[in-house]
Amino acid sequence: MALFRAHILVDTGTSATLKGAAAVRGALVAEINKRGLSNEVKVVETGDLGLAGAGAALVIYPEGVTYANVTVADVPEIVEEHLLKGRQVARLIYTGESAPVVEAATAPRSAEMRVILKNIGVIDPTSIDEYIAMGGYEALAKALTTMKPDQVIAEMKASGLKGRGGAGFPTGLKWDFASKADGEDKYIVCNADEGEPGNFKDRLIMEGDPHQIIEGMVIAGYAVGAHKGYIYIRGEYQQSVAHTERAIAVAREMGLLGTDIMGTGFNFDITVFKGAGAYVCGEETALLESIEGRRGESQMKPPFPPTHGLLGQPTVINNVETLANVPHIIAKGAEWFTGIGTAQSRGTKIFSPCGDVQYPGVYEVPFGATLRDIIYTMAGGIKNGKKLKGVLMGGPSGVFVGEDALDRRLCGEDLNPGAGALIVVDEDKCIVDLMQNVAQFFYHESCGQCVPCREGTKRMLEFFNWWTAGAGSESDLKLLDSLVSTMQTASRCGLGQFAGVAFKSSLALFADEYKAHLKDKTCPAGVCSMDKIAQEVA
Amino acid sequence: MGSCDSKGCVACEAAVVEIVEKCGRCETNLIPILHELQASMGYISNEAMETVAAELGVPVGRVHGTATFYSLFYLKPHGKNIIRLCDSPPCHIEGSKAIRDAVAKAIGVGPGEITADGNFTFETVSCMGLCGVAPAIMINEDVYGNLTPEAIPSILAKYAACSCCKEGK
Repeated sequence: MALFRAHILVDTGTSATLKGAAAVRGALVAEINKRGLSNEVKVVETGDLGLAGAGAALVIYPEGVTYANVTVADVPEIVEEHLLKGRQVARLIYTGESAPVVEAATAPRSAEMRVILKNIGVIDPTSIDEYIAMGGYEALAKALTTMKPDQVIAEMKASGLKGRGGAGFPTGLKWDFASKADGEDKYIVCNADEGEPGNFKDRLIMEGDPHQIIEGMVIAGYAVGAHKGYIYIRGEYQQSVAHTERAIAVAREMGLLGTDIMGTGFNFDITVFKGAGAYVCGEETALLESIEGRRGESQMKPPFPPTHGLLGQPTVINNVETLANVPHIIAKGAEWFTGIGTAQSRGTKIFSPCGDVQYPGVYEVPFGATLRDIIYTMAGGIKNGKKLKGVLMGGPSGVFVGEDALDRRLCGEDLNPGAGALIVVDEDKCIVDLMQNVAQFFYHESCGQCVPCREGTKRMLEFFNWWTAGAGSESDLKLLDSLVSTMQTASRCGLGQFAGVAFKSSLALFADEYKAHLKDKTCPAGVCSMDKIAQEVA
Repeated sequence: MGSCDSKGCVACEAAVVEIVEKCGRCETNLIPILHELQASMGYISNEAMETVAAELGVPVGRVHGTATFYSLFYLKPHGKNIIRLCDSPPCHIEGSKAIRDAVAKAIGVGPGEITADGNFTFETVSCMGLCGVAPAIMINEDVYGNLTPEAIPSILAKYAACSCCKEGK
């Protein structure tokens, strides 16, 4: 193995990429070659370094110096001064203060507790050696060589880990059901169809540290007796597909996937399944339909996937973040895990505040942190000095909460965090306009097989099109309220059941704003057209 | 390689059969097959769907039903470059409407349309997981975020049609 005297980690997160990180990386490699340093200095692409507003950024080891807002023009100076002469380029050193621009990034904040994200921005996500050096695959070795499958399940149950995709079902219990179910083949499916607007945490895990998911899946396979896994990644996430596929290939080469894993005789392999653009496929039964090559239409439950899942066989379906927790629990034990978070919600949760906050990004905190901790302490508060109006919790299918919820705790006992999205809205925004957009989303994404959802989402959008055009009447509110109740009761899956939740909760909070639109025919925020020309729903 | 659009083209049919072979001749591989078809032919034609159905031994409606369900599958030719504008709530509150108008003004067509020279397909899509840099668009596989309407013309200029295409050839 080649030894390098210096490593340069280039941030390739979304935000840095937008600021030209790829060009900087290219220039670095070219300059290093030109100076004959290619055998001494290695350039590594890593995930998001977590420097909100720092533009294209890189860290040079062994010194651990971070340079921010680097441009291609700065590269020769960095190579000449830092790498050749050993003098740091003071003017580019990251001072820890974020530039006053809005960036997607993950500034590691004091209240953060990084378990799942600990490697992100630290290791090269394409290198299995770096993952292993950080303790990766130790949990798998421990499970395969020192634990029986039922001991793994017992450990998972004792940890109290619950699903991180929004529904919060106990993971150990799900595995137990699948383990006890009869079936010729059993499957582990990782739900990476992250489609709920406002959520982008799974993307970061897949692009920044994909081996965690693989390790979690193999352990799950061992626990329930499955030999085959699928990672269902939404088609829009090209980079996630590429990084995950590469990680799988490397793990297979090293004998950590495939036949006779670590020489224990246990076989397990994983295939990446690329989705093709359908929000509803995030619903587990629709996802399975999709893997089987059909339209992503949800199925009646029960039976549930742990007994009747993929191809009718027992199947465990877990979210990316859930599976990423598994190696940590197995390596450090359930007792360690139960020491984090609250009684009903153990461990950490990754949140993705976005919208009108200063530093949208991905932050990991123990359950029980408050909404204020995340929005103000981590995401920098509301941008442009505005006041907070409300937060759509979890995404369009979640509830709307107002300013009075800021000190509520994010956990099972208090405010349910859903999958972790926090869509923050400032005082200048119109709630009716935002809800029109939410209605548009569900209308577009309804799969159309059950009437309450297909017709309900359409009528809901019609109402909002009227209201934002000043063509509604106050009695409409009762009609939509009753329609939403019907959808909640009678829709086949979560899409229709939750499509009207944001409307109901926003009406409770902002009744005056609805009244202004419907009775006084004015939009207080001045956002809606109110021109009496309601857009038709095609 | 592109589809030649002619019915009964032997070469196209052979190419489809080859893709089915590569992905595995099984109904459960339909979505990977459609991805591959689109990647090699640009879109999924009726003829291609008929061939796939025959190869897999399923009714054409079964293939058609799946292909039409997913928004990333194109059943008609699309522009050389695809502009996807996110119109989900996080981008919406950060001003995606103004971005939509700026794109429409720059290329002369609205969402759901193709420019006359065939250079751009413009569509609004649901969340692409770029909420941290809202409002965002993707052009082909390139991401653009933290957008302002003013930034649009220079971004689109990178994808401008060459002069021969502008003449409609």
